Amino acid sequence: MKEKLVLIGNGMAGMRTVEELLALNPERYEITVFGAEPHGNYNRIMLSPVLAGEKTVEQIMINDPHWYTERGITLHVGKEIVEIRRARREVIAADGTRAEYDRLLLATGSNPFMLPVSGNELEGVIGFRDIKDVDTMLAAAHSGRHAVVIGGGLLGLEAASGLAKHGMDVTVVHLLDVLMERQLDPVAATMLRASLEERGLRFMMGAQTEAILGDTRVERVRFKDGIELPADLVVMAVGIRPNLALAKKAGLHCERGIVVNDTMQTYDPRIYAVGECVQHRGQTYGLVAPLWEQARVCANHLAHHGIARYLGSVTSTKLKVTGIDVFSAGDFNGGEGCEEIVLRDRGRGVYKKLVVKDNRVRGAVMYGDTTDGAWYFQLLRESTDVSAFRDAILFGQAHLGDAGHGGNNVMAMADEAEVCGCNGICKGAIVKAITDKKLFTLDEVRTHTKASASCGSCTGLVEQILAATVGNFDKTPKEKPVCKCTEHSHDAVRKVIRDQHLTSLRQVFDFLEWKTPDGCHSCRPALNYYLISTWPDEAADDPRSRLINERVHANIQKDGTYSVVPRMWGGLTNPKELRAIADVADRYAIPTVKVTGGQRIDLLGVRKEDLPAVWADLNAAGMVSGHAYGKSLRTVKTCVGSEWCRFGTQDSTGLGVKLEQFSWGSWTPHKFKMAVSGCPRNCAEATIKDFGVVCVDSGYEIHVGGNGGIKIRATDLLCKVTAEAEVIEYCGAFMQLYREEGRYLERTAPWIERVGLAYVKRRVVEDEEGRKALHARFLESQRHAQVDPWAERASGGVDAHEFAPLTVCEEQAGRGKVSRPLPRLAPHAPHLTV
Amino acid sequence: MSNTTSPIWVEIGRLEDIPRLGARVVKAPQGDIAVFRAADDHVFALRDRCPHKGGPLSQGLVHGHRVTCPLHSWVFELDTGTAVAPDEGCAARFPVRVDGGKVFLALHGALHGITGVAGIESLEEELLP
Repeated sequence: MKEKLVLIGNGMAGMRTVEELLALNPERYEITVFGAEPHGNYNRIMLSPVLAGEKTVEQIMINDPHWYTERGITLHVGKEIVEIRRARREVIAADGTRAEYDRLLLATGSNPFMLPVSGNELEGVIGFRDIKDVDTMLAAAHSGRHAVVIGGGLLGLEAASGLAKHGMDVTVVHLLDVLMERQLDPVAATMLRASLEERGLRFMMGAQTEAILGDTRVERVRFKDGIELPADLVVMAVGIRPNLALAKKAGLHCERGIVVNDTMQTYDPRIYAVGECVQHRGQTYGLVAPLWEQARVCANHLAHHGIARYLGSVTSTKLKVTGIDVFSAGDFNGGEGCEEIVLRDRGRGVYKKLVVKDNRVRGAVMYGDTTDGAWYFQLLRESTDVSAFRDAILFGQAHLGDAGHGGNNVMAMADEAEVCGCNGICKGAIVKAITDKKLFTLDEVRTHTKASASCGSCTGLVEQILAATVGNFDKTPKEKPVCKCTEHSHDAVRKVIRDQHLTSLRQVFDFLEWKTPDGCHSCRPALNYYLISTWPDEAADDPRSRLINERVHANIQKDGTYSVVPRMWGGLTNPKELRAIADVADRYAIPTVKVTGGQRIDLLGVRKEDLPAVWADLNAAGMVSGHAYGKSLRTVKTCVGSEWCRFGTQDSTGLGVKLEQFSWGSWTPHKFKMAVSGCPRNCAEATIKDFGVVCVDSGYEIHVGGNGGIKIRATDLLCKVTAEAEVIEYCGAFMQLYREEGRYLERTAPWIERVGLAYVKRRVVEDEEGRKALHARFLESQRHAQVDPWAERASGGVDAHEFAPLTVCEEQAGRGKVSRPLPRLAPHAPHLTV
Repeated sequence: MSNTTSPIWVEIGRLEDIPRLGARVVKAPQGDIAVFRAADDHVFALRDRCPHKGGPLSQGLVHGHRVTCPLHSWVFELDTGTAVAPDEGCAARFPVRVDGGKVFLALHGALHGITGVAGIESLEEELLP
């Protein structure tokens, strides 16, 4: 029999937990939901747009009654639970409805705090919490009538703007001199106040409410200094209080909120709690992002996965008043050892402040231009070292170079503007999908629209559109899981592979309790890489976990044919190789021959069944695979250097050849490109490569972390050395560090931005012993890697089944002869003549 | 029997000829057919052509009872040929069965002539429900 799960509170946190739970384990529980409000589940943070008339109540409903029925969930709306009998494990509603539970989830949310002044119970005095409050406000909102909003925080200002939009005469009363003091510094607060005043709001700062006056309905509000304001409506928005009444009555330990542990359990382990009613590690939360994280953890525990822990949240806020852009996150007031980076442009109405400590963002306040809020928040959460781009950080992410996506102001973008260049998805389509399908997360937007699902360069833009459309909603957890098959992050998986000495996919799936029997196209290639790079002489490469290009050692093309790129060391070739390539192109009727950007020759349009023969011919002329298809060492591009060039300072071609012969065949987290230029004119474009060498008269400059693709990034100078042998040692050490610590499909450019150049320098330049050890591990790995995959397949019979059809069924009129069976895995398939 | 439209069961090879979590191609008059083998040795057959941009599904990565297209990573259910939501589309499905370690594929119409072959005819009687 199924266990019984009862949820008290049909709000966002509780229902998010149920949704997460259903995704993990739809069969475990028989679920009953009690909600005190007479509605289905709705998106509470969108009440402000409803008040402003920008959205309707229908548009903010998350799940309709049908949704609950479909999933077999019993829903009781308008039934407030008044008692939890823990000994009998049942809950009782005000109308006498009872429900038994095996596990109970409390998501009772919070109540608006009503100031304890006389008259606070009068008609027309309300909080701003639910649909009923919005209805009351809308009913009272007529032109010329007076509203007093007590509290100049986020909620108060959203309520005030909404009421002003309906023509009310609104005064915001605030106890302090600074609006939104928990989210803004005085400068941003002053700018905000000025623009709200332009919209007709009035402010009374430093005002202490003494009494609310009136007979049965509110008429006036009186302050400590004796001033009185006329009021037809008073909205109290001075804060929220976790709703603890029920939990306290049941004897659960409460402080400011219901106290829970890292798995969201209360002091009674059968009872969980999530959302605004919860106190975790001394913190209570009133924003939506932490609720999402709590819901994930709670669902994980309820589903008996038991591998997630909630560790608290860093939060960011955004004011939802159309036309006013305010963003803040983290510790924006600074403190000891903190520095501020400030941009202030009164003319444009723009203010940006970052609080930085030890080159890491600790907090951000933005006013007027919040385009980069999501980016700063990411830098903050990931504690990224910003020293490399600190001088330009306030100009935004676009300024760092983002090919094709310049000027990322999503609010100003037209609906027809293309966001995702790979899949041709425009802004309007994304917004429509988010609204129609009620999408909350980047993953959901990717799945439904394909936007940012290919090269990923527009991810930031899509995140901003998501944030602008639904409010700053989903904040993905600090470390993203590898894929939907697991909760574990790339780093966690790799650590387990190393610490537990796991050497096969099966062991990883079993040890980490993968949710799918044999993974998916995202995790299998990643795990395979982690296994073979961690245990090069023990873990066997799994060809079934390689995507097609790496499985058949050629690049699949749009028509299902392949391209073949033989290796040309350092870009050098000779008449013999060129003749062999020409002969191959003739012999196999290869339609296109092209020179690549990496100084190689590409044969395009090769039929799959011809691949082994093409390779055999190329092998015969001394050529091996160019790995143009792999997450591996690709090419070393060179200029002619001192051998020919009148400016060349060193033998760049010769060094390029040596580097390529030493490093070819190595698998890396993503493709890895190198170049060697013979002088600072840099004809080999070494400063946009993963590892680039620029020769100078006195030696060799080593540059790392460049990228010329999706997002152009010039390299960072790692160091300067004087001998070729040193270049090779640094190259091996750098590649090995990247191989060991870069996440699968993370190029060196984002990797270096993530870990910081200082870290790479410490490991590769400053720590000589460590460098030599890294280099030695690279060489050890190369002993197993430098086998030409083409030769293995052309003559060694490896994976012959990849290249031949299983059977050929032919229709031959009047013959009707069957020839079978034929040898298994034969290079030429059995012909079944019909 | 020469004009029948019922499927013809053709032996296409042995189970071990198809790698686990992999696929092989059967070249048929009506076009290539991809024959997949899952980790649990279930065998499936789909037209070797993704409904999105024509990618050869036989070259995809097999996981569970699904395959991911090698061109743009659409995912298909192997037992029905339908794309996994929210993608929409379907790759034609062919009946396939394993008997005594041998894999048989059911082909339609285009192979009428095959019924004239004694070996095949008896096969059909043996296997058709």
